[in-house]
Amino acid sequence: MSSVLDPEPPGQPPGDGPQSGEGSRAEVPALDISMGDIAGLEQVVDREALKDVCRSFFELFGLSVRVFAGSGSLLADIHEEPEVHKLLRTTAKGRAALGKSVESIARRDPAEPESVEELTGAVYDIVPLSYQGRRVGRFVVGPYLRAETKEVPRSLLTVDPALAAEDLRQALAQMPRVRAATASRIVAHLQGVIDLLLFSSHRAHLTSEMHLASVREGYRELAEKTAKLQAAYDRLRELDKLKSNFLATVSHELRTPLTSIIGYSEMLESGIAGDLNEEQKEFVDTIHGKGEQLLQLITALLDLSKLEQGVMKIDAVEVDVPALVEDIAKTFTPAAHKKKIHVATEVGEGLPTILGDPLRLKQILSNLAENAVKFTPEGGTVTFGAHETELEGEGDGFGAVFLDAPRRAVAFTIKDTGIGMPTEELPKIFDAFYQVDGSSTREHGGTGLGLSIVKRLVDAHEGRVEVSSAIGQGTTFTVVIPEPED
Amino acid sequence: MQIDFKSRELTVKLVYYGPALSGKTTNLQAIHRLVTNETAGRLMTLETRDDRTLFFDLLPLTFSSGSGIQVRFKLFTVPGQVIHNATRRLVLQGADGTAFIADSQISETKANRQAFLNMQENLKENNLDPATHPVVIQFNKRDLPNVRSDEEIAKMAKRGREPVFSAVAIRGVGVIETFLGLTDVTWRRLEEKHSLKEKFGLDPDEFLDDVRVRLGLDGKAAE
Repeated sequence: MSSVLDPEPPGQPPGDGPQSGEGSRAEVPALDISMGDIAGLEQVVDREALKDVCRSFFELFGLSVRVFAGSGSLLADIHEEPEVHKLLRTTAKGRAALGKSVESIARRDPAEPESVEELTGAVYDIVPLSYQGRRVGRFVVGPYLRAETKEVPRSLLTVDPALAAEDLRQALAQMPRVRAATASRIVAHLQGVIDLLLFSSHRAHLTSEMHLASVREGYRELAEKTAKLQAAYDRLRELDKLKSNFLATVSHELRTPLTSIIGYSEMLESGIAGDLNEEQKEFVDTIHGKGEQLLQLITALLDLSKLEQGVMKIDAVEVDVPALVEDIAKTFTPAAHKKKIHVATEVGEGLPTILGDPLRLKQILSNLAENAVKFTPEGGTVTFGAHETELEGEGDGFGAVFLDAPRRAVAFTIKDTGIGMPTEELPKIFDAFYQVDGSSTREHGGTGLGLSIVKRLVDAHEGRVEVSSAIGQGTTFTVVIPEPED
Repeated sequence: MQIDFKSRELTVKLVYYGPALSGKTTNLQAIHRLVTNETAGRLMTLETRDDRTLFFDLLPLTFSSGSGIQVRFKLFTVPGQVIHNATRRLVLQGADGTAFIADSQISETKANRQAFLNMQENLKENNLDPATHPVVIQFNKRDLPNVRSDEEIAKMAKRGREPVFSAVAIRGVGVIETFLGLTDVTWRRLEEKHSLKEKFGLDPDEFLDDVRVRLGLDGKAAE
């Protein structure tokens, strides 16, 4: 070892040796954003950049420089061993004396800048580095001889009698010489450069920490909002369920007295309680008619709430499609003829076999047929059809290509030449209580529940209902019921 | 506050809060200009765009007390623009005292109020109790037309418990006074909480006088 200041074995090029504080990087404490502080030099300053600065300093002024972290570890060390040191280290006494002298200097960590002389009379400038009012390390410039110093100190000449005074004098003469005033300017310059390096590194460090913290904070805010929304959503779902339950209970309770009203008005009508005159008959007839209408509405509500709760039972049996279509057509022919509307059927060949609940399928088609007849003007046509089609899958997830492949299906169509609906209304018509024009409920009757029930019934059959329409040209409803999976 | 017993060092965090463009950064710039280099470090400005603060400004001030304690003040500004609330909340973390920089213009009345409410909310978010958190208020831009009159401000000041200062930060007027006022309320609160006199022999009156003298005598005259 040349000295405590020189951790490298002699002979190695300056500054490229292993660093004494290499392992300290892992122990660097986290930066405190809250106070915007740094724990030490090593935390923010890039070692290589610091070494480069010191190397350029060395090349410019010919002075060795070492930078120490607050912990004492050496961060940068650019030096050239002075000839006089080399000479001293040739003898045991010289080596010991030099080591002692230099070691005491290396240990110094003064609060204020100071210049310290070593055994040879050469000077080291030790400058504490502080940052934002906190000590973060120090740097040491030297050794160099003050230009003002003329004498060779006795301490050097008396180290070891084995070393010739003339040799020592000559070796010492090769030591860099700097005027005191110049030296203090040089030192101030280096101090400024390191301070600036520290400042910019600290700022960059704080900026990146703030970016991270902001992202984290933004995420936290979003997560909080999401949790609130989720809670609100859960609550709404709960309320929706309560509403459905309520609807089911109320519908059921309403039906019981209504059945009596209808029953007794029927009995009155049939004359069980004696003959009625024309006026009485008309009144009873109205009571009966309105009662039936009310019952229909309540039944529809009950169906809807059952469907919403998913408790409606679907009996899946094989469906005779042509018979079903004929049946519906036949059912609606009298009503259509009354309005002078033509009824037609178009049933394709070789239809796939589908499973379904005959009663519910009939309910679906009847609902649509009723609308078709209702909204088609005199002289129009309502066509009931059935043909083969494919039901496209709607999934887009993993393996949808196979798992959601198109299925063979039967498409039931109810086509009218009625008043039609505006395109923008089409997505909404399957919502409960929705009618394209609020006034049409009053004009045409109906509960506004029909289509939403149709939609839910079709869903229960794993099918799909679609609508196409043009104002003044008519509407086509298509109900697609797929073949069973297996 | 951070207390480092080993190196006998106290670090106090002061935050300059307020609505957008009320002059928070200008306050720090003025302090930096008026205080000697020995006391004030470099003013660090983190991330700005079009002269608007995005993250914060940071000005370190260091005072060495007679009892050998190093007291470091860290002055922060927050970004005033409404959208930077997350950053404001982060910067307010661990604040020991807050200077609320208000814009004296009558048109800014609502913005001042909203920023103050926002500060209150963010103090709570950071577990700082607005009821005891040291706050001073500065009415800045006193030199502009259409501002609240001195009488109006005096009347408003009487209603609140926070000390109120007037300033023209851009000319350095009232800036040191505001800082000293903030230091005063903050230090007294810290003394209550941490008994600094007992632990460090740091008498609040002596220390505050010290700071006052350092800034008063050290500070070059305003303008």
